[in-house]
Amino acid sequence: MSKGTLRTLLAAALALGLLAGCGSPQGSSQGGSGGDGKVIKIGFIAPLTGDVKTFGESARNGFRLALEEAGYKAGEFTIEVVEADDRNDPTEGKNVATRLITQDGVKAIVGSITSKVTIPIAELANERGVVMITPTATSPKVTVDDKGNRWEFVFRACFIDPFQGTVMAKFAAEKLGAKTAAVLYDKGNDYSVGLAESFRQHFEAGGGEVVAWEAYALTDTDFSAILTKVAQANPDVIYLPDYYQKVSLIGKQARERGITAPFLGGDGWDSPELDYATMAGGYFTNHYSSQDTREAVQNFVAAYEKKYGQKPESFGALGYDATRLLLKAIEEAGSDDPAKIREALQSIKDFPAVSGNISFDENGNPIKAAAILQVQPDKTFKYIDAILP
Amino acid sequence: MGDLLESIRNGLPLLLEQVLNGLQLGFVYALIALGYTMVYSIIKLINFAHGDIFMVGAFLGVFGFTYWHLPWPAAILVAMAGCALLGVLIERIAYRPLRAKGAPRIAALITAIGVSLFIEYFSSLKFVFGPNYRVVERPFGDFRWSLGGVGISSIQLLVIAVVLGLLLALQYVVYRTRIGKAMRAVAFDMDAARLMGIDVDKVIAYTFAIGSALAAAAGVLYALAYPQIHPFMGIMPGLKAFTAAVLGGIGNIPGAVLGALIMGQVEVMTAAYISSEFRDAIAFSLLILVLLVRPAGLLGKAGPEKV
Repeated sequence: MSKGTLRTLLAAALALGLLAGCGSPQGSSQGGSGGDGKVIKIGFIAPLTGDVKTFGESARNGFRLALEEAGYKAGEFTIEVVEADDRNDPTEGKNVATRLITQDGVKAIVGSITSKVTIPIAELANERGVVMITPTATSPKVTVDDKGNRWEFVFRACFIDPFQGTVMAKFAAEKLGAKTAAVLYDKGNDYSVGLAESFRQHFEAGGGEVVAWEAYALTDTDFSAILTKVAQANPDVIYLPDYYQKVSLIGKQARERGITAPFLGGDGWDSPELDYATMAGGYFTNHYSSQDTREAVQNFVAAYEKKYGQKPESFGALGYDATRLLLKAIEEAGSDDPAKIREALQSIKDFPAVSGNISFDENGNPIKAAAILQVQPDKTFKYIDAILP
Repeated sequence: MGDLLESIRNGLPLLLEQVLNGLQLGFVYALIALGYTMVYSIIKLINFAHGDIFMVGAFLGVFGFTYWHLPWPAAILVAMAGCALLGVLIERIAYRPLRAKGAPRIAALITAIGVSLFIEYFSSLKFVFGPNYRVVERPFGDFRWSLGGVGISSIQLLVIAVVLGLLLALQYVVYRTRIGKAMRAVAFDMDAARLMGIDVDKVIAYTFAIGSALAAAAGVLYALAYPQIHPFMGIMPGLKAFTAAVLGGIGNIPGAVLGALIMGQVEVMTAAYISSEFRDAIAFSLLILVLLVRPAGLLGKAGPEKV
């Protein structure tokens, strides 16, 4: 261990301490005892118990797989990991993030999974100057504050909600040749509204016409009136960005009204409980497909299946991607200074990740393709294409 | 002028189709509303558990034709019989003891809310119906006919036919049978009926049985028309049907049907020609308006409330 390295570490710790207003640089002292290399601590936060624990577990599978493949190394740094459970509770998320940053002295965090927990963690990480990358939190508010100012230290590996509408509008116009579209959305659900509005905006910008724009409420079960209007308007495609239960119900009522136009949707369709028979032939945007033939995807799917004995879904893939992006940034930065890691992460170009070739935009959101999947009557989703916005 | 005629000619089939959509919805509400109104006319109780009996009926019917492989008309009958029993059971366990003790009406009302919540959450348990949404597989094919540009589907015909059949049967029971006569007598004056030797508790039990059976039939039809069921599916239709019963004049059988048909049309027409966002707002404001003008409802008898 050279004097120069020690100086860098101390400087980093000091910088962190200044930024954080309180320093407990345990990580650096361990780095000193490593002998041949330098150590950097990274944290992992996800819901490992509670209502969405399978999301957290899959993401952790991806996180661990990425580290194992890298041999717990990034450049000349050895990685030490601290894992924490946020129980999908925003308060608990902030508590464990505080502990990771102040007690464990992590320089970067991978996590969390849902937007509601990730937003307070992002605010804290940014305030303390710790790099954070969330695998799966899709709300636009994760990387920016209420005024829309960027939280410099925060990134994500997934696309944001409105992006799906943009991509689907493009797919409908260019690949399906749709000239007219109907849009049905749940007015009480931000996710559904966000996708619907961005779809309309980009479909119209591309020369298409939205011939029916209909809202409904979560409690509605009778869609006869709006579907009769849709049937009359006879659109080429119907955009229905909602969760699988409503999608199935509306789809069934539409088909019995003789509406044959294909349905289009977002990642809310991705469930084994979707009514496959009714929705067969419909297309939706998703983060990735295990059927994608790109090398990065096939290598990942094979490694994941070997280690865990099951096919990875989006959460596993995004956990893997987020971790690899962070490792790459640490390697490029050649430093454990979060500010330098942040810069390296921001300047990553066309990183070959499982969920697409990733670069970051000015808000820390990845610029990458979305996978288009088609619902099959035999209860599977068929990979159709990857579309860039 | 020609343009106007043209647009009417184009708009008319669409309008008629929306009227049919409204009829389908209104007829289902009517079956539920009848249960509310019949029970109210006899014991002055708003049975808030009625919407949940509708839900149980939907589940029994769907289980009937999916898991027990019954032909669908038999599944409707099984659901009706099961819910008639359930209705009588609820009356026996929850309402009759209160009535026997002469508890105030508000106590019975709160009990009804308790029963409603109990049925909803008990049904959500994993070993009962389970909390998940279930997709209903229709036991018959979907057909669609076009009559002069107006589309009508097999499910719409089925709903309208079954409901009309049940309404005629109810009319027969109420006006042509001994138990119907007894029900009318108890509704008119419970004490006088008892003095005349009518077994009032028996009549009340019959009323619950008939009302619950109609709700069960409505549940199965609803599940066929809007093919998804879950333990909380009864809340909204129950509320709408209750509103319909009040709109038509609570305690009045033709009033319940009229109120339900109006509710169905208002909802569908609002969604069709104004906006889907306003459908519930306008349906419920109509109720307030009608009650301001006619406090007893459209067909209700105005008179002093006998409390």
